[in-house]
Amino acid sequence: MSETITIGVNHITRVEGHGNIKVDVQNGEVKECKLEIVEAPRFFEAMLEGRHFSEAAIITSRICGICSVGHQLASVRATEDAFGIELTKQNHQLKTLLDMGQYFESHVLHIYFLAIPDFIGAPSVFPLVATHKDVVLSALKLKKLGHDIGEMIGGRLVHPISMIPGGFSHLPTEEKLEEILKRIQDAKEELKNGVKLISSLKLPDFERETEYISMYREGEYAFIDGNIFSSDKGEISYKDYRKVTNEYLVPHSTAKRAKFSRHSYMVGALARFNNNYKYLSADAKQAAEDLGLKQKYYNPYMNTVAQLVELIHIVDNSTEIINDMLSKGIKNETPVTPELKECTGVGAVEVPRGILFHEYTYDKNGFITKANCIIPTAQNLQNIEDDMNDIVPASIKTRTKDELTLDLEMLVRAYDPCISCSCHLLNVEFVNE
Amino acid sequence: MSKPKVAFFDFTSCEGCQLSILNLETELLELLDIIDIVEFREAMSEKSDTYDIAVIEGSYSRDSDLKRLRKIRETAGVVVAMGACAHIGGLNALRNSQQREDLLKKVYPDHPEWYETNEKALPISAAIKVDAVVPGCPVDVKEFVHIVKNLVLGKDPGLPTYPVCVECKLNENICVYELGKTCLGPVVRAGCNAVCTSNGGVCIGCRGLIPNPNLNSQKDIMQKYGLDMQRIIDSVNLFMTENAREVQ
Repeated sequence: MSETITIGVNHITRVEGHGNIKVDVQNGEVKECKLEIVEAPRFFEAMLEGRHFSEAAIITSRICGICSVGHQLASVRATEDAFGIELTKQNHQLKTLLDMGQYFESHVLHIYFLAIPDFIGAPSVFPLVATHKDVVLSALKLKKLGHDIGEMIGGRLVHPISMIPGGFSHLPTEEKLEEILKRIQDAKEELKNGVKLISSLKLPDFERETEYISMYREGEYAFIDGNIFSSDKGEISYKDYRKVTNEYLVPHSTAKRAKFSRHSYMVGALARFNNNYKYLSADAKQAAEDLGLKQKYYNPYMNTVAQLVELIHIVDNSTEIINDMLSKGIKNETPVTPELKECTGVGAVEVPRGILFHEYTYDKNGFITKANCIIPTAQNLQNIEDDMNDIVPASIKTRTKDELTLDLEMLVRAYDPCISCSCHLLNVEFVNE
Repeated sequence: MSKPKVAFFDFTSCEGCQLSILNLETELLELLDIIDIVEFREAMSEKSDTYDIAVIEGSYSRDSDLKRLRKIRETAGVVVAMGACAHIGGLNALRNSQQREDLLKKVYPDHPEWYETNEKALPISAAIKVDAVVPGCPVDVKEFVHIVKNLVLGKDPGLPTYPVCVECKLNENICVYELGKTCLGPVVRAGCNAVCTSNGGVCIGCRGLIPNPNLNSQKDIMQKYGLDMQRIIDSVNLFMTENAREVQ
């Protein structure tokens, strides 16, 4: 490719929300290479002020449709942390299952609908209905499972209803759990086909080691409970999340950014995989090996592959949970009513796109005086831009403009960004066009 | 007859309604028998300059979006506002009680001047003429399919004009007022099959008010159960800040 190139993609497709990629290379020198977030500001932190604790999860759920379960989990965990409510085992299990339902829905949507078309060379999943009908049907079936797990526990998966601070207002029946358990086992076969398909596709070869941040809890692949873990610094209390996230603003983005030990860090499936590999189920480790994914993997394009590995782990982990619940029977637990007091709490949860934090301060009557939400995509933005700044100079001589544009779009998509969330992002623009 | 072309667009929103459409799974394939989806940024890279039906998700909250909205209106024969944000402003309008400058300072304290937003987040009808609505946060996908089918046939969308209470009673739920909670079921448009109250929640008003809501009767219910009026005003404001203002 020539020494001078400008790329401009406005409103990157097949991502959740609005973002642009801008690249400007003059005489072989990169003048500009950035990811703009152009999503409209939403002002959730300001909207939460003065609202009752019972409404916090209803409001924050609406930060994002795809991540609504995650926001509700972080919100409810923050409120429970504030009022000192301990989770019963059943409450913990139901929350974990609800989170896993969301992983199913979200990871399948990303792997099959948003990412695979790139690897196959199609503009979207819709043409695949004609060319790869079995893949599309398998994806729909898997997604529906995630959806139905969410419906079973939350009443619905987009903006669930039943999870409230202190417990659940509606409980699943044992018959429903048994039915879901059977479908989870069938899903494993579908996912094995997914592993075969993905392992036959070629992903871009690029590596950049960065700081990986996830949740950590000894003995398990942490989802809803635990501390923060940095691949550079080790374990940090979830209460000290601000020391890790260090949010800051850049003019080309309505999403805030984050940094910790380095210029940027990565959260999400690959970060969790790198930090918590030892706690993956045996079959998930086997799938990782079949897919060429080893622990300490530094290719961000492999985030999509790490998501597939996580789904296999989730099948095994959720089977274990449901079997345990069925052996003990569903207890008719009434949600705990919080004792109101002035207090502050933090909720840290691993959601499909990475670690999510909510923090609320309550007055003595249970109304929010201060709120803070730190979103996984916001934490990833600088890391994506740093990857772009490595890829562009290395590629300008060998890749055509169209190839480079696709490389960058695929990079952004690999992070599975959620731009609605981050502004509470995407589009490639090579400038001067 | 060729299938009508349908395009999806999003503005200030969580994109949960579009996601709900993608959640249609097998029904999505059936819907594709009667329509052609020609633009849907969340799911596809293809774009189209022509379409018959435009489905818009999200509120109107930035002047810079006006040009795109007007273009959609010029191109589409039928404009559908999908979901509470597009239909009534929805949760986004919760911020409308605060001044624009204060919001910007609170959320982007170091550089409030970098970000564009209007004084208020408003329904799509505040910017362009809307021909049909699909209420809800998120939309009920079965109702969405029903409305699209009616529109394709040139019929009225067919929204219920009775309140959520009717569906809630049919589901044989215990009235949440009996449980000491505040619920907007008596004045909010049905069509959701009372999904919230049937899952242990209360009606939070995401579908907007029914035509001619009996607000006095709602006040009587509140008094009968000895509930705090401020709580119901707070509940109404959650999704219906703009909707309630129209009624008053």
